[in-house]
Amino acid sequence: MNRTYELMFIVRPDMTDEDLDKLISTLQSAVPSAGGSIKNVEKMGKRRLAYTVRKFHEGVYILLTVEGGGAVMHELERRLRVTEPVIKFLTVRIDEEQKRLDKIKAIRDARKKVSAQPAAAAPEEAATAPAGAPATA
Amino acid sequence: MADETKAPAPAASGDAPAPREAHAPSPRFGERPSGDRPGGDRPRFGGGGRGPGGPPREGGRKFFRRKKVCKFCVEKIENINYKDYRMLGQFVAESGKIVPRRLTGVCSPHQHRLSNAIKQARNIALLPFAGRAS
Repeated sequence: MNRTYELMFIVRPDMTDEDLDKLISTLQSAVPSAGGSIKNVEKMGKRRLAYTVRKFHEGVYILLTVEGGGAVMHELERRLRVTEPVIKFLTVRIDEEQKRLDKIKAIRDARKKVSAQPAAAAPEEAATAPAGAPATA
Repeated sequence: MADETKAPAPAASGDAPAPREAHAPSPRFGERPSGDRPGGDRPRFGGGGRGPGGPPREGGRKFFRRKKVCKFCVEKIENINYKDYRMLGQFVAESGKIVPRRLTGVCSPHQHRLSNAIKQARNIALLPFAGRAS
């Protein structure tokens, strides 16, 4: 069970901070019982929405990173659907994408290392050679 | 290949396949510096083949618009995320429509990812479905 999901949801703007924290902790407690774990919670703050959602023009964005199977997300989404302050949510699966990005990063780092070796040798020679000449003169 | 296997020289058959196999893979796989998919040669093909509508022989017409390169290939941006709406917003018209890649010069795989990211961003109200104008 190593799927990683990103769940972004929007909460109505007239929620207080403590209500928001209560909501997040409710969600956090629901996750382990379904067999997952929350990796990260990020409150992205109030933002103007690009279009009107349920008659709101602004919303508070929250991003959760969850690790677990599909059942975990099913449960989380079900909860979000019934929660009244949440006006929109979006779940994206990111483990495949992360694998691809890591692979590209690994290839690029390996290439940089290979090309760095001759490059490291050359500037050293260039640095020592002119430094030696004026010192003697 | 059939006549080689029939050739009655087990020693020769031992030699013959080996150098051939050594030749075959190397020019195809070993040398390419551009790596797997975000390869640098794609946008060049795109820019050359996708010139103005007509052949350059048409007199008077603008010859070639300056060659557009894929922004993601050049800057090596691999993570096209729905969350960075500002970067996505560069590829969206005033009306909110996704700009075609012949205008932006983005290469095909990046355009796919870009359009998916824009659609996700639209769903979570980071980008509009239809903008102010038109």
